[in-house]
Amino acid sequence: MDARRRDVLKGGGGATLLAVLTAAGWLKPGEALAQAWNKAAFEARTIDEAVKALGGGAQAQSKDIVFVSTPDIAENGAVVPIGVSSSIPKTESIAILVEKNPSPLAAVFSIPAGTGPTVTTRVKMGQSSNVYAVVKADGKVFVASKEIKVTLGGCGG
Amino acid sequence: MADPMKIRATVAGDATEVKVLMSHEMETGQRKDAQGKTIPAWFIQSVTAAWNGKTVLSAQWGPAISKNPFLSFKFEGGAKGDKVKVTWIDNKGETRTDEATIG
Repeated sequence: MDARRRDVLKGGGGATLLAVLTAAGWLKPGEALAQAWNKAAFEARTIDEAVKALGGGAQAQSKDIVFVSTPDIAENGAVVPIGVSSSIPKTESIAILVEKNPSPLAAVFSIPAGTGPTVTTRVKMGQSSNVYAVVKADGKVFVASKEIKVTLGGCGG
Repeated sequence: MADPMKIRATVAGDATEVKVLMSHEMETGQRKDAQGKTIPAWFIQSVTAAWNGKTVLSAQWGPAISKNPFLSFKFEGGAKGDKVKVTWIDNKGETRTDEATIG
């Protein structure tokens, strides 16, 4: 505990102390963030429902969203690398959805100013499916998709 | 307490690339055990990364993220010796924070 207090004091410098504490998860650890978890969006059964729950309406296809380091064929559906890169200015968030999963929405990333609009992670896929990247930028919603074939599903036991 | 995360942060030009490997079961809640009982869902719901107290990435995850999740992203700024702090919280309220030095 003491060691961390040093960090806080050093990083604090007065005005930003609150920000440091919040970022460190000291103020109400868990609570604020856990509440923000978008249950409706994650439990939605279709892409459209999920996008709506995320606050997106009409979506425009965009060529400015590209999948990086994402395979065409995934041997193991339990671990499918997905990278999404958006070159749309003012990208605020990137969501990854797998169409044929029981709940399509896999992840939503919030991109603050200063952070590159590229994220890479790994998702599970139950079967071959289209994967959608939904990008919110400057209040508008853009979408791109890519088909990934899965040879071994990731939702079995 | 869950196992520590592996965090690697490196300066690449004027940006810092962060790679995180977390240790978590990421149970979907869809699988059944040998007795046919559903294994309850257990997964990371939210992830936050901060640099010098400023949030550089936050994410909400569903159970479709793979076991032992991997995440990588870049942010502008960051210098050798700075700290990057990553926190996750799962749906059982368990949380873990780890810190790495940018190298």
